[in-house]
Amino acid sequence: MIRVVLPPHLRTLARVDGDLQLEVKTPVSQRSVLDALEVKYPMLRGTIRDHVTKLRRPMVRFFVCGEDLSHESPDAPLPDAIAKGTEPFLIIGAIAGG
Amino acid sequence: MSKVRVLVGTKKGAFILTSDGARKRWKVSGPHFAGWEIYHMKGSPVDPDRIYASQTSGWFGQIIQRSDDGGKTWNAPGSSAEEQKSPDGMPKGESNKFVYDTSPETGRPLTTHQWYDGTQHPWEFKRVWHLEPSLDDPDHIYAGVEDAALFESTDGGKSWYELAGLRGSDTGPKWQPGAGGMCLHTILLDPSNPKRISIAISAAGAFRTDDGGKTWKPINRGLHSQYIPDPTAEVGHCVHRMALHPSRPNTLFMQKHWDVMRTDDAGDSWKEVSGNLPTDFGFPIDVHAHEPETIYVVPIKSDSEHYPPSGRLRVYRSRTGGNEWQALTKGLPQRNCYVNVLRDAMSVDSLEPCGVYFGTIGGQVYASADAGDNWKPIVRDLPAVLSVEVQTLP
Repeated sequence: MIRVVLPPHLRTLARVDGDLQLEVKTPVSQRSVLDALEVKYPMLRGTIRDHVTKLRRPMVRFFVCGEDLSHESPDAPLPDAIAKGTEPFLIIGAIAGG
Repeated sequence: MSKVRVLVGTKKGAFILTSDGARKRWKVSGPHFAGWEIYHMKGSPVDPDRIYASQTSGWFGQIIQRSDDGGKTWNAPGSSAEEQKSPDGMPKGESNKFVYDTSPETGRPLTTHQWYDGTQHPWEFKRVWHLEPSLDDPDHIYAGVEDAALFESTDGGKSWYELAGLRGSDTGPKWQPGAGGMCLHTILLDPSNPKRISIAISAAGAFRTDDGGKTWKPINRGLHSQYIPDPTAEVGHCVHRMALHPSRPNTLFMQKHWDVMRTDDAGDSWKEVSGNLPTDFGFPIDVHAHEPETIYVVPIKSDSEHYPPSGRLRVYRSRTGGNEWQALTKGLPQRNCYVNVLRDAMSVDSLEPCGVYFGTIGGQVYASADAGDNWKPIVRDLPAVLSVEVQTLP
């Protein structure tokens, strides 16, 4: 199981508390994690990546194992620690504004 | 006994204020959608328990929420387990999908508009400013968006499509954003003519369709704006808000970025009715529920000083359709008050006497149960108020 942590606004929207657990097809990548997330929580479509282009929204970041992977290819494999669920995939609202 | 429900959108969530017809004791529910900007909420005139909300965030984009029980519970339309799957098994989740129509059959090429520095800038969807449910079908609703365009849903908000004739009109490249963005913020439906819709855009002006949204024309003749190179140009005027009384749909009232205006020919010609106002800058304007010539504005000092003149919060009422204005001050702060009242943050109920309501960026919602003679805060420490709509319930 993959662990995903949503920012507070999206937890409110998806009506969830704490970490999410998702079954994700291999290879585990940003795209496969987000695809699985949007299948389980369709109200999140369009909030993390654009409806049409599927590009990450400009002020959303993906943090993984202490690194910002926001600018990596969405199809690049994520680290084993994410695939094994020992570390969470963090979706972050960028620190900007109030 | 009748009841009143006040829908308040704020910078950090939605609040619902309810009272019986006496309008003395209020119950406050919220925050709903805590932490999100709620630009606007509005109920269907034919099913008051059907309420739509525009929930938005600079980080996470646009969400449309819908309640079918008067605001007790909410859902993004189309997100239930039964509704969410498309034939290929993927979730639809399209209630927040606002995509400009560029299709050859119905749409228009995605052109550019003027940017703040005078250059051309591509159209980009940012948020829904205003939701206007239709007058006869709770599943039919219009949305005014930034960058300025008009969208429509006929399935209760599950999916949206653009009425592209407006954005695609010849004047589009001359439209420009106001300080708050290039937003379509006012949608007026003509109760006597379902094909006629009037809208307003900051800063492009007012437009009207007489064929249900296929074609549009600017209706800005008579407007005079010193802040554009040609003060009487066909478009480019920063209209802040328009209002009409349902019994006289050809009479529109307008609060512009300076000047209060009226038209009696559905916008074909406008005349100024600022009269004796202490300043004719401001944002909201509204019409008394039972007196079509009684209108309300909240004068603001200037375009650079968005607060009441002299620190005194005064609503001005005209019982003559403009020109002659009376200050309404009883119960409103008359010293050290420097709050603004935004364009969608005033509304009226239809009880007798008519109730008038407005919210401030200081988080107060003021109400008058006697057409403006006396005011009281219903609630005074909410986040900055973006919008106020009132429902009068049986």
